[in-house]
Amino acid sequence: MSDVIKEDQVLDCSGMLCPMPVVKATKAIKEMQSGQVLKMIATDPGAPPDMEAWSRQTGHELLRSMEEGGKFIFFLKKK
Amino acid sequence: MSKSDPNAPKRLALIASKGTLDWAYPPFILASAAAAMGWDVTIFFTFFGLPLLKPKLEAQVSPLGNPAMPMKMPFGPEGFQNFNWPMPNILMSNVPGFESMATSLMKQTFKNKGVATVEELREMCLDLDVKMIGCQMTMDVFGFKKEEFIPQCEIGGAATFLEFAADADVQLFI
Repeated sequence: MSDVIKEDQVLDCSGMLCPMPVVKATKAIKEMQSGQVLKMIATDPGAPPDMEAWSRQTGHELLRSMEEGGKFIFFLKKK
Repeated sequence: MSKSDPNAPKRLALIASKGTLDWAYPPFILASAAAAMGWDVTIFFTFFGLPLLKPKLEAQVSPLGNPAMPMKMPFGPEGFQNFNWPMPNILMSNVPGFESMATSLMKQTFKNKGVATVEELREMCLDLDVKMIGCQMTMDVFGFKKEEFIPQCEIGGAATFLEFAADADVQLFI
């Protein structure tokens, strides 16, 4: 792992299936300030491609996406 | 907002025409995901999809005439849960209460796996400003009144839907 990303808020979507992770991420990021980073945790194997698509569609940058101990972790920067 | 504005959000136009539990999911899943991505979404509820606008949803699922539907048990060891139970038509059509049993098994399986309920998904759609239109003609045919539906819905006809759909990037009939 290279540089550490510091998150402003954490959202745990473990155990949730489509479309909950994208919906919950949207709701969480709405409450945040531009430039802040949301760390989102999910267990749905569909989450990685979905979060990439969500990032392209919304313009909120996906800074990093990784897998750790069976969990998917995303760092999303509000545009 | 028209297509001539390059900054206009993408649009999704859905027709929800079926009211069983298995068919109730796709419109609400797609609508909530699209709205979460910032799209402008309208769902037109028509024919058997119309009762999905009722405050309390009573969508059921029937394995009868649904031959590809796997019958899963939501309890017991993993191998037991993953087994597809063969359900002959003769059994499904003759056992009283079979549909409500199949419905509760499916609801429990969905819950165990972490799928939101149809009610929850509809609530999320409304939170994300998904527009819901009930079909006036279906209301007249089946005798529904606007007061029977959730207050957030609007009532309209084919022209109302088509006007939105004409400018939509994605249009689906479900």
